[in-house]
Amino acid sequence: MNPFSSGTRLRDMIRAIRACKTAAEERAVVRKECAAIRAAINENDQDYRHRNLAKLMFIHMLGYPTHFGQMECLKLIASPGFPEKRIGYLGLMLLLDERQEVLMLVTNSVKQDLNHTNQYIVGLALCALGNICSAEMARDLAPEVERLLQFRDPNIRKKAALCSIRIIKKVPDLAENFINPVAALLKEKHHGVLITGVQLCTDLCKVSPEALEYFRKKCTDGLVRTLRDLVNSPYAPEYDIAGITDPFLHIRLLKLLRVLGRGDADASDSMNDILAQVATKTESNKNAGNAILYECVETIMSIEDNGGLRVLAINILGRFLSNRDNNIRYVALNMLMRAITVDAQAVQRHRATILECVKDSDASIRKRALELVYLLVNESNVKPLTKELVDYLEVSDQDFKGDLTAKVCSIIEKFSPEKSWYIDQMLKVLTEAGNFVKDEVWHALVVVISNASDLHGYTVRALFRALQTTAEQESLVRVAVWCIGEYGDLLVSNAGMLNVEDPITVTESDAVDIVESAIKRHASDLTTKSMALIALLKLSSRFPSCSRRIKDIVVQHKGSLVLELQQRSLEFNSIIEKHQNIRSALVERMPVLDEATFGGRRASSLPNTVSTSSGTAVKLPNGVAKPSAAPLVDLLDLSDDVPAPSSSGGDFLQDLLGVNLPPATQSEGTNQTPKAGTDVLLDLLSIGSTPAQDNNLSTPDILSSGQDNKPIIASLDVLAAPSNMMDLLDGLGPAPPKPAENGPAYPSIVAFESSSLRLTFNFSKQPGNPQTTMISGSFTNLSSNLFTDFVFQAAVPKFLQLHLDPASGNSLPASGNGTITQSLKVTNSQHGKKPLVMRLRIAYKVDGKDVLEEGQINNFPRDL
Amino acid sequence: MGIRFILMVNKQGQTRLAQYYEWLTLEERRALEGDIVRKCLARNEQQCSFVEHSNYKIVYRRYASLFFLVGVDNDENELAILEFIHLLVETMDRHFGNVCELDIMFHLEKAHFMLEEMVMNGCIVETSKSNILSPIQLMEKTS
Repeated sequence: MNPFSSGTRLRDMIRAIRACKTAAEERAVVRKECAAIRAAINENDQDYRHRNLAKLMFIHMLGYPTHFGQMECLKLIASPGFPEKRIGYLGLMLLLDERQEVLMLVTNSVKQDLNHTNQYIVGLALCALGNICSAEMARDLAPEVERLLQFRDPNIRKKAALCSIRIIKKVPDLAENFINPVAALLKEKHHGVLITGVQLCTDLCKVSPEALEYFRKKCTDGLVRTLRDLVNSPYAPEYDIAGITDPFLHIRLLKLLRVLGRGDADASDSMNDILAQVATKTESNKNAGNAILYECVETIMSIEDNGGLRVLAINILGRFLSNRDNNIRYVALNMLMRAITVDAQAVQRHRATILECVKDSDASIRKRALELVYLLVNESNVKPLTKELVDYLEVSDQDFKGDLTAKVCSIIEKFSPEKSWYIDQMLKVLTEAGNFVKDEVWHALVVVISNASDLHGYTVRALFRALQTTAEQESLVRVAVWCIGEYGDLLVSNAGMLNVEDPITVTESDAVDIVESAIKRHASDLTTKSMALIALLKLSSRFPSCSRRIKDIVVQHKGSLVLELQQRSLEFNSIIEKHQNIRSALVERMPVLDEATFGGRRASSLPNTVSTSSGTAVKLPNGVAKPSAAPLVDLLDLSDDVPAPSSSGGDFLQDLLGVNLPPATQSEGTNQTPKAGTDVLLDLLSIGSTPAQDNNLSTPDILSSGQDNKPIIASLDVLAAPSNMMDLLDGLGPAPPKPAENGPAYPSIVAFESSSLRLTFNFSKQPGNPQTTMISGSFTNLSSNLFTDFVFQAAVPKFLQLHLDPASGNSLPASGNGTITQSLKVTNSQHGKKPLVMRLRIAYKVDGKDVLEEGQINNFPRDL
Repeated sequence: MGIRFILMVNKQGQTRLAQYYEWLTLEERRALEGDIVRKCLARNEQQCSFVEHSNYKIVYRRYASLFFLVGVDNDENELAILEFIHLLVETMDRHFGNVCELDIMFHLEKAHFMLEEMVMNGCIVETSKSNILSPIQLMEKTS
């Protein structure tokens, strides 16, 4: 006989599949078989239908698609014979699920079967319905199932009960219909019906609060009585397991009592006796007994407080915990986590045992024990507990290390009594498992280190030692590199020694060595290398003797393909080479990072904090992250915060244009303005460049008497430069100049007048924009000499913004024969509160000699 | 929901019986089975019978060459499920007489019938062996 005809018996097919040596062979066999079955389905073969379905189920279990057999199930269910129906329903439950539309076709068959005379067929239908019915089917067939809850045969009743569970889960509205029948079910004698009734009751209480109230009032006593009978019942061979009658029923009843007793004092009171009885009388040498005790303890923990019972429960748990069987210990650890909320003292007594469990060889137990230890930690026991955990960190396996590290770090953070202990422990964790430490954790460590100023020396020396021994842990390298860069001088000078330390001599080149090795390591990633570069810059300032060597190291990354490293290398190189005078100010000690704001930001975004720790040098005076998006705002701020090396006073021009150091480096560090531009900037604004200008600038508002000197040779791009400079001073990007029409008219003023020069301002405002004023200034030469290389500069206080357009020309004919016009735009952020003020500086050449004139305009119209 | 699925898997990782009480697609099932079987096979005798996997627990026990795995909700009593597995094995033993893996394989539908009498919709229905086996014996008598 052809082994692959549809007549094959199931066992022959199984034998054929088992005989296959390779997966391809098996696939071939299955494919042939499926083809034969499909052919048989097409022919509508009656005889072998159930055989084919059995084969289909086997194939489905192996994992092959079998959807073509679904209609077969339906046909089998519709046939009259019991074996066919049986296998049809089985196929239905295995091959279909509630989401298939084919299921709707079954509804009618199921309905008929529910009303069948043969109770086994009714049972079949109930079973199928209970396993896979969908919401619509549930709604259609709920009345039938309700009726069957009171059927004469207990088998049907129990199946109907479980079917009802599914129905009320799918359609919670129908729950009320089932409340009354269930109350009757709970009084049954048959264990099967009782257990299913109890389960139905539990689910009803979960679904509907009214049901919960009803059962709580009416049925609690009945249930307690049932449980008592069960506990006291004599030996019943049918339900006996390990000497206990029907432990499953015990457990279900306890669960239901738990649901009823939670949150309700009366119900809990009525249960106290029976719970105590179960807890004391049950034998615990067999698994069944332990299962009941476990459930009992859970129930005691969940219902309302009763001191005696709780003590009993915790004693049972203690016994479990010292049991040799792993299962029991696992279960005990589970329960103890719940018990902590109730009675923490009692759980503390078992702390030693729990700690042992953390080191157990079983992974499940370790996990539970670790969570439990985490809940147990408080201020008094944090030190020994942490010590144990950190010691264990060294020997734990890889997949557990991640969990363990995270928990240890959070324990250390929350409960550390003093900073030195915190730093010590974190160092140990970093040394052991730095690769598992999350970014926020080592950021927080850096914050704490910077706050603990007396511990700086100790910290940096400890880190140095740690880095010498192990350098594989990335986070450790990062923190160490940061600290060495920051506190390198303390490292070398052995400052701030604590008496527990051994003395260690570190030379400057040692420190540089170790940072260099951090860069050169293959395993260092971008963040580490960037941090190392910054650290080198700091060291080059603190150890001037190593400056040359550091510069060589930094320069090596000039051609790096990674933009970040290349940029840093180039910039730092130029700082080291050309700007030694500002270097020390640039990399001086960081101010203390504010823990509160830092902690707040930790909760939100991560990238901020990363940039903080790595990009600190440039943001020095402002401390923690000011966004680098507006470097020019910082420029103005910087000049306020840092006490200017030159005199400050109330001199607008000084404040804005003074302190030539930071502007250069700010613009270098943040935007790549070409060197030429910044030099021009410096030259224009630098106070220290020409003594003559210095003297002039230090006199606030005296106009220098007009000199008919030829103005300085100024090229057109210098003329353009002032507007750039003004843009930088403006603090915001230049906005395109708006046409100066419309708006209310303002009187024009003579802004400045000296013996040789007059400047007139005409104002206009745009409607709808009262804060901005367009000024058109015209210069008139009052002397009889020609002015060449005419440059006009203006400065405004901080609440104003000024924009200067290029002048119409740079040569002013004598005696008012021509004018130079230049338009300005001023925006007053304090419009209406403060009037405009402006300072001028006009430079020109007369007969080859430079003339500089300055003044202040105070006579702006008030309401500009 | 109680029980999510019941699996019987041999030591080579081949599934011998699979009953799911919540719907999973074929790929999900195979992935799930492969995953947890690997976990359970890797554990030795001394270790705990409970494994945690995503949002549910697996309770397993090995009988000769077959692993019985039951996936349950997190709030289910694990020790009780362990007892249930034992009850299942004893029931099958009483019916087949010295049940072995081959018996389950070649009489798959009977094993399923037995399981259905015991567990319905993820809840335990019947725990008395005689009650479970009586419909099955009746069926055998008639067919």
